[in-house]
Amino acid sequence: MAGGEEEDQNGRDNMVIDGYELETPELWQGKTIPDGFNANYLKVYYGKLFPLADIFKWMSYGNDGKHPACDPSYFGRREFSFTLDNDIYLRFQSFNNASELENSIREKCPFKIDIGPVYSVDPAKRHAYAQSGDNVFTPVERELIFDIDMTDYDDVRYCCSGADVCLNCWPLMTIAIKVIDIALRDDFGFKHILWVYSGRRGVHCWVCDVKARRLSNEQRAAIADYFRLYKGNENNHKKVSLMGPALHPFLVRSYTEVLKDFFEKKLLSVQNLLSTEERYEKILEMIPDESITSELRGKWQNNRRSSSAKEDINVVRWEQLKHLLQSGKQKAQGLRRCVEEIVFSFTYPRLDMEVSKHMNHLLKAPFCIHPKTGRICVPIDPNHCEEFNPTTVPTLCKLLEELNDSGLRPDVDREWDETSLGESIRLFRSSFLQPLLKSCKEEMENSYNVKLQQSKNTLSW
Amino acid sequence: MEIVRSQRKSSPSNAGVVTSLPLYRSAPPLEVRLEDFELFATDRLRVLKGISDGLSRGKKPDEMERLVSDLWKANMRHPLTSEVVNKDIISHFVLRLVYCRTEDLRKWFLSMETSLFRYRFRFENPEAQRALMSEFDLPYRVVNNAEFEIMKEKLGQVARSIVQPLPTADAIFYKVPFEEVPELVAGRKVFLNKGHAYVAMNQVVSLVATQFRSQLSKALILTNRKWTSTIREQEKDRLAPIVEALCTSYLGPDYSQPREFAEISLKDIDQIVKSSFPLCMRHLFEKLREDHHLKHGGRMQLGLFLKGVGLKLGGCTCILESRVLEKENISLSPLYLYRHTHHSILSLVGAERFDKEYSYSIRHNYGREGKRTDYTPYSCQKIISSTPGVGDHHGCPYRHFSEENLRAALGKMGVNSRATEDVMDKVRNRHYQLACTLTFEALHESSCDAGINHPNQYFTDSQKMLQLKNKSPA
Repeated sequence: MAGGEEEDQNGRDNMVIDGYELETPELWQGKTIPDGFNANYLKVYYGKLFPLADIFKWMSYGNDGKHPACDPSYFGRREFSFTLDNDIYLRFQSFNNASELENSIREKCPFKIDIGPVYSVDPAKRHAYAQSGDNVFTPVERELIFDIDMTDYDDVRYCCSGADVCLNCWPLMTIAIKVIDIALRDDFGFKHILWVYSGRRGVHCWVCDVKARRLSNEQRAAIADYFRLYKGNENNHKKVSLMGPALHPFLVRSYTEVLKDFFEKKLLSVQNLLSTEERYEKILEMIPDESITSELRGKWQNNRRSSSAKEDINVVRWEQLKHLLQSGKQKAQGLRRCVEEIVFSFTYPRLDMEVSKHMNHLLKAPFCIHPKTGRICVPIDPNHCEEFNPTTVPTLCKLLEELNDSGLRPDVDREWDETSLGESIRLFRSSFLQPLLKSCKEEMENSYNVKLQQSKNTLSW
Repeated sequence: MEIVRSQRKSSPSNAGVVTSLPLYRSAPPLEVRLEDFELFATDRLRVLKGISDGLSRGKKPDEMERLVSDLWKANMRHPLTSEVVNKDIISHFVLRLVYCRTEDLRKWFLSMETSLFRYRFRFENPEAQRALMSEFDLPYRVVNNAEFEIMKEKLGQVARSIVQPLPTADAIFYKVPFEEVPELVAGRKVFLNKGHAYVAMNQVVSLVATQFRSQLSKALILTNRKWTSTIREQEKDRLAPIVEALCTSYLGPDYSQPREFAEISLKDIDQIVKSSFPLCMRHLFEKLREDHHLKHGGRMQLGLFLKGVGLKLGGCTCILESRVLEKENISLSPLYLYRHTHHSILSLVGAERFDKEYSYSIRHNYGREGKRTDYTPYSCQKIISSTPGVGDHHGCPYRHFSEENLRAALGKMGVNSRATEDVMDKVRNRHYQLACTLTFEALHESSCDAGINHPNQYFTDSQKMLQLKNKSPA
């Protein structure tokens, strides 16, 4: 605590958030900025880099314009919540416009900003409506959200555990993005989908189509269930069981287009899934046929040398397993399905179901900074998600250094452009925000015309 | 509303098709006798409760179908054929009033009524089904041949994945927004493409049920508004007491009469508590013994249970203190368990005396005062929905205990660790009565098909089972 205060003092002396004070030599000497995360860095970030105007545009969904169909109360009914220093948690914050939001963020300098639903009434005034007792205060719109967390994969990754991630396990997230993104677009017909790195060990997804925002809890749960395959249970080795004589087309597509390749070409080797006895036993446990497992076990136990230098032992063993299970001899449907079950178990996305099921779940805003890692929650392009590298995501310190290096810029509005955040903001705008606002405008136009038409009809009738 | 109806009447396609399944669009302009008001509602409630029990016991769709059919036949008949439909409609609207009043009640009613509708829809013949569909004015179009050909492979894949026959060329599919069929989406039972679900003819019940549900859901909100704004006050002395009592009334066997069991002597009580008390009562009993005191909720829950059990402790007196009741006829603190005699730990009064002296006045009281405080032993439903506060030990342990405490309590009862996991699994899914049933089964090493619905049933079944075991030397 004492240390923190000292740091605070230091910071306050040097950064009179006037921007140009940044150049004062004490703190910014040379290029190095002391590592870490603190309120003073955050103040600069919110002041100069955080794309607040874009977030406001997004959360307004076109209602900030001058069109007669605009709902000027829309943005003001959205819940924001701030996590301040010392874990003080402010829920039900609301703002009528961009500058109110901006002022509050600058003043409070939240360590984390969460976004909640749009309520029927201004969430800050919810108590005033509470007396009526008639559930006036209720969520009416909320993006369909997904939260995928690497900790849920601990039983299928051997490189790290818990909060850590590395490039060997990150492909699990890549798979999740691909499988879910394709299904959201092709199966559910959604278009405006934003994927965001959660700052440490997972990804978030925001589905923002108007249809998605107005889904009921029951419909959200249905979508989450559509994606659910993994039934985690400590007392059950088989975590995925594929029933029925055939797979649903969604699962078939996920398997052939994403899972199979990632499993065979990537995870098998980088995770060394079959390299040691302990690991291959875990896979053999999923095969219900004793004779096959003992045959494989025999091969693998006695024949350690067979992994010649050029061939990866995991791949060799996988081919052997597949060969045995899928050879013509195996008539039982269950055994042929086994290969798929193994692949699904080790690759298929594991969603935090509760987050998706309820309208009133909060989710961290994009472009926040993860307090533990200092990394920015940057958008991920689902079309190029293989290229995303969580270990090179810009950190708060790095951005401030870059800002420092770029020196005095006359163009204050676009300071982020010079930093490595620029790419992320450009991606956010071009692949998400602009198309979204365009369709919001069209929808607004359409619904307005329909209304006009209706009122005309009523008149004539 | 009126206009829509007249349009529909004039549409020729459904003329002549009669269905007995009403959609409950508006309250009937019928005169209802007060007895029927309550009687019909109770009968329908038996059906809904039966459905709820069936579902929570995980019955399969075909079992449910039979169950619903039986329940309906058993409860919803009327001596006058002409009155059958009226009974259906009246009972539905009475229960709307009963179950509109809180979010939880609405939720339960909505899902039970929708289930009921779903099965009744299935019983209808295809013409009637189509007629009902057009009643709902579903704006969905049938997939045409060209589109069917394109989608055929995927539709076949889905059919195989849910073990249904492959669709033939003349199969009818409806193309509907996926939001309309959440349960089919959740179970991956339909093919989805660009936001549309392809619903097979044998799945349309989901579509119709969704419509039914959403209309009923809206209607319940409106009913609630009317209830709070006018009806409750207007009907303060007439309907309101009936309505308020109906949702907590327990419809199973009557456990208010003491059961016929061998007299239990004081030295046996511990053994009986151990062998045959459900966890909720066992816990209260132990707390009473430890603290020599229970708060009101606990006294009621345990006291009435003991009364139902007919526990007689040889020689000792057992006092059910009912002075308050006698004097004021109020619902507060009518019952005290007193520590009475110096050498007994628990002293209880003979239940017969209580019954003889006070039951009549209580029953009498129901009708006249409309207080309807329930002095019959509490059912599981009532216990589960209670809200124990600080210092309270009543309630349902499966619902109200923390996971840790529940595990400890189960361990103490002698439930093995595997059974404990099964119980915890039910608890996590909020099937508290099933959790209790599993506990019963684990402790008695035999199955309990009927499930546990009442603590006194737990006791009775347990005693029966133990007597059986004693008779047949294993």
